[in-house]
Formats: sequence, C-alpha cells, structure tokens
Amino acid sequence: MKKRIYLITSLISVMLLSPNYVFGMHIMEGFLPLPWAIFWFALSLPFVIVGGRTISKTFKNNPNQKLLFALVTAFVFILSALKMPSVTGSTSHPTGTGLGAIMFGPLPMAVSGLIVLLFQALLLAHGGITTLGANVFSMAIAGPFVSYFVFKVLKNKNKKVAVFLAAASGDLFTYIITSVQLALAHPDAVGGVMISLTKFLSIFAITQIPLAIAEGILTVIIYDLIVSYQKEGGYELEKNN
Amino acid sequence: MNLKRTTRNLLLFAVVIILIVSPLLFLKEAEFSGADGQAEEVIEEINPNYVPWFNPLIEPASGEIESLLFSVQAAIGAGFIGYFFGFVKGKKSTESESKSKNEKN
Repeated sequence: MKKRIYLITSLISVMLLSPNYVFGMHIMEGFLPLPWAIFWFALSLPFVIVGGRTISKTFKNNPNQKLLFALVTAFVFILSALKMPSVTGSTSHPTGTGLGAIMFGPLPMAVSGLIVLLFQALLLAHGGITTLGANVFSMAIAGPFVSYFVFKVLKNKNKKVAVFLAAASGDLFTYIITSVQLALAHPDAVGGVMISLTKFLSIFAITQIPLAIAEGILTVIIYDLIVSYQKEGGYELEKNN
Repeated sequence: MNLKRTTRNLLLFAVVIILIVSPLLFLKEAEFSGADGQAEEVIEEINPNYVPWFNPLIEPASGEIESLLFSVQAAIGAGFIGYFFGFVKGKKSTESESKSKNEKN
C-alpha cells in the first residue's frame, strides 16, 4: 500500500515537473545493452514463428483471407508512419496493430509488425536492428494481445466501443511495455528501476493518450467499412450485419 | 453504402482531425520535434555513462529524405487500403447490377 502511494505520488510529481521530456516510439538503435537485446529477441522469436504458422494455416483454409490480411498489414504501415503532434508538444505515432489483432488474433500481428519494424529499422533509422526484438515485443506482441482480449471481453456488449477500446488500449500498452523495457535496461542510479519506469511512463502516458484515442477512432471507422463489405470480400466477421 | 454509415464515419474522422490539429493550435511554443533524438537525453540523464553500442546501418541523409521515406511507408499502406475498398466496392456494384438485370428479365 505504502509502495503504491509512493509510486502514484512520484508519478504525479514527475508528470508535473518534467513536461519537457519528449519521446519517440521505438527504442533507438544501440540503446539496449546487448544482454537485454538478446533477451527480447529470444522472447519475441517464438511468437513470430507461431504467428507465421497461424497465418499460413488461415490462408490454406480460406484464400480470401489473404487480401484481408494484407489490408490489416497496410493499416499498420500507414498508422505507424504518421507522426502526430500531441498535447505534450512532442510527436509520436500510433501502432495500427489493434485492427489485425481483433480480426486475426494476436499472433499473426507479430509478423505484420515485424515487417513494418524491419522497414523502419533498415531504411529510416527509426527503431533499430539491435532493438528489433524489444520493439517487436512491445508493438507486435504485447499490444495486439491486449487489443485481442479487450475486444473478446467487450464485443458482445457494444461492438463499436469494443473495437475502440481494444485498439486504444493496445496502442497505450505498447508504450507502457516500451517504458518497462527502457527502465529495466536503464535503472536510475539512485532510485532503481521503479524511478526510471515512472520517468519513462510519464513521458509516454501523456503523449500517447490522444494518439491512442485517434487510433481507436480510426480503427472503428475501418472496421465498420470492412464489416460492411464482408459479403463481397468473401470473409465473415459478423453475422447478420 | 448507406448514407447514415458514411455520415457517421465522416464525423468520427472529423474528431480525429480535431484531436491531431488542436495541439498545434494551442501549444504555439512547442517544438513538436522528432522525438526519438530527444529520448537519448532522458537515457543520458539517467545513465550518463551509457554509450550506444551500435549505430544504424543506413541513416537518411537529411530530414527531408527521412520524411520522404515515411511518406513512402504511408503511401504503401494507403495505396493498398484504396485498392482493397475499390475492389470490394466494384464487386458490390457489379453484383447488384446483374441482380437488377435478372429481375427485369
């Protein structure tokens, strides 16, 4: 209890005292020490492999899904390329992985996310090769899993709200994981991992909230359009719609 | 495509635009800088002795080149999304056309 109060007060004070911190999305090249880089690679690899298998199985069962999967990957491409201004006076970008997690489950998104992150790491010097494992884990595994479960729990109550909350929470969670990854690799000299974490979290949380809302709304729009054309596309997401 | 759905989606899209544009209007002093570079400062503050042990293999030659590549990324995504909805929409209209022809005959 005491610990929690301490955490909350320090979080709030950091939020108030350090409005000038700015943060991007992915962890930059070389900014994770080698052991952590290897750790996140090892953790992400099985998800990517199983994700790849899930995709090929899905395609075999229904070839029409290929077009649909390309669509959700295209959504990741476009959303993660848009650096948007936020209330903190800095920019960050959404992830776009929530949509695919809702439609295909979380595992295939590990592959989609990997493609986009590779593109950005190799050509844009955004993110990095050494930090690829960590970035795949936050954006293409952890975020999609949250989106998937939020959608699963809420979808029978109100589908639009479920889609919105799934995409928005997956987006936010991605950044929470990135903060954890950075805090673990760079603990504060005095206060340790927890202080680092509050620092990184406070940067992420505020910057990302409006962007998570934006991603949620955009996902609702495109999901709505996808559902409205399901007969022509040869896929089935919702019956009786 | 019913009108109600289109209106609703357009309204939702307007909300997104407002959400993204309002920081630009209200935070006149802010730099809105490319955030990644400044992330290094946070780490440097926490961990002053840390030296990045690996550098990007290729770095965009300038900010312009970087935004070019980001636009290419967005264009690939947008291009495919446009293709997809054009495809299913075309399919829908041909289907309804042939349906109405059959009804006439």
